[in-house]
Amino acid sequence: MSTRPVWQERPTVFGLTLKTVVLTLIVLAMVYPIYVVVLTSLSTARAVTEAGGLVTLPGELSLDAYRELFGGGVVTRAVLVSTGVTVVGTALSLGLTILAAYGLSRPGSVLHRPLLFMFLLTFLFTPGMIPSYLIVRELGLIDSYWSLILPTAVSAFNLVVMRAFFMNIPGEVLDSARIDGASDFRILWRIVLPMSKGVTAVIGLFYAVGYWNAFFNAVLYINDNSKWPLQLILRQYVQQGMSLVPNQRAVDTVAGYALPPNLAIKMAIIVVALVPVLLIYPFVQRHFTKGVIIGAVKG
Amino acid sequence: MLRRSPPADALTSSAGTRRLPLRARLRRDWQLLAMTVPAVALVIVFHYVPTLGNVIAFQDYSPYDGVTGSPWVGFYNFQWLLSDPEFWNALRNTVTITAFQLVFYFPVPIALAILLDSVLSRRLRLFIQGVVYMPHFFSWVLVVALFQQILGGAGLLAQTLRQAGHEPWNVMTNPDAFIVLVTAQSVWKDAGWGTIIFLAALAAINTNLYEAAAVDGASRWRRLWHITLPGLRPVILLLLILRLGDALNVGFEQFFLQRDAVGSEASEVLDTFVYWRTLMTGAWSYGAAAGLFKGLVGLILIVVANKVAHRFGEQGIYKRS
Repeated sequence: MSTRPVWQERPTVFGLTLKTVVLTLIVLAMVYPIYVVVLTSLSTARAVTEAGGLVTLPGELSLDAYRELFGGGVVTRAVLVSTGVTVVGTALSLGLTILAAYGLSRPGSVLHRPLLFMFLLTFLFTPGMIPSYLIVRELGLIDSYWSLILPTAVSAFNLVVMRAFFMNIPGEVLDSARIDGASDFRILWRIVLPMSKGVTAVIGLFYAVGYWNAFFNAVLYINDNSKWPLQLILRQYVQQGMSLVPNQRAVDTVAGYALPPNLAIKMAIIVVALVPVLLIYPFVQRHFTKGVIIGAVKG
Repeated sequence: MLRRSPPADALTSSAGTRRLPLRARLRRDWQLLAMTVPAVALVIVFHYVPTLGNVIAFQDYSPYDGVTGSPWVGFYNFQWLLSDPEFWNALRNTVTITAFQLVFYFPVPIALAILLDSVLSRRLRLFIQGVVYMPHFFSWVLVVALFQQILGGAGLLAQTLRQAGHEPWNVMTNPDAFIVLVTAQSVWKDAGWGTIIFLAALAAINTNLYEAAAVDGASRWRRLWHITLPGLRPVILLLLILRLGDALNVGFEQFFLQRDAVGSEASEVLDTFVYWRTLMTGAWSYGAAAGLFKGLVGLILIVVANKVAHRFGEQGIYKRS
């Protein structure tokens, strides 16, 4: 807790109150919707009926909605698809980006300028949706999971960020390793990467979140709805309101057997899409404040 | 000693390497090249080849004949585009949304950063930062779904109003309020994340300036006006120029997702126009023409914006690295 510098005037009561209120409202605007959604997903049919919709105060709780989702079926499959794409995609992207960022980190090496220029030029012009689609189709990747990975595998922005970071590593360290006869692969693996854990974590998060959230590419390239990733399921069953349990009403009336309410299931799908981000985020967040990104953005 | 000798020097420093014969440089750099090649290959296949593929905008492309077999039609597709009222509607919506967000979205991260910067407790500040950065990592589907649950016809707001005996209104399906809705969604999702760069700029302002001004009797607001804002000026200008250069990009997903709810009249932007017009009807060349139009205008805007940046004495984007 830092204190007010001596030259700064005492805050007025009015100003302080206003600031507190505004900041509280901002935090609530971010947190409250998530709280309501999570709570509803954990509520029983009776609690949802009593609330008349979304549940704002904790009542009767149950995990039925999640049991329903993970008991096999559409959502289970979509979670597996999204997880697979995210894991494979992030590993590939991170690997390629690290390699290329290091490969381009030494000015004066063979083809350094033209290759770097090739990446930088991608900032100025995007090829457009139709030609990109035609290429993916030409390569036979429609309805293949690779269509969700390969087109977005290398982000020039992340590459430039990473490269800027590598170039800040003191040259003496690398030079001495080189004189000792270490190969570039070895230098990258043994010296550069251990010094770049923060930036690697942040870029990894960027890629992972990108793959987990991928929607546009899936809309374009995946026609077969048995291969849909989670975001498309989220759209169909939550945003467009299709029911996961078609004969809900009929089943509901069977005495002594209460299915989780439709609303709780929908909210549970939102939570499932949300949780991985919420889980990884705190581990990476501290690197944001350490200026990893700022340096890059300014770089 | 060793470092001064020619071979070691050639091995390590970049200065003077151009004098080495190519073969020696290759022997030295082949590993670096090998590391770069896979990423370069992907960029060629998924960026440069499609960029060249835009030539189909000048053809009557059919997938069966391919790029080489399809007949050339000159500027026919562009003439068609310019006489298409739906295209003009999409263009108008795109530009209006950009202009609206420039006024109602752009200043929000600046104000929020100044507010956050004034929070004295470091811990509290880090907590709030953590919370407001977070929605940046949510997908648009998630954001739209959350907004729907809170503001939609069956959402929390409507539910509360109904229980209080009022007639609820549905913000999510009102075409007239759509521009406000999408801006609110953008603010919710990205304004917090947008503060990062301003917070860095704020941290770089020399505190002695504030102290000296305070000693000289400058009030809080005078200091904000004469020290804080001038300190932020370069970043504000840079981001403003970048945004202008990106004027035709308002995003695809946010508009695609809400098209059913508010109709295409209000929600169609250039990207969604290309999608619906082409992928739904198979008018490949026409869609490519629309995409090429957008890409070229974007390119011109970026180059102009960068010129303006240099004029203002800022770095612009070309000198990124």
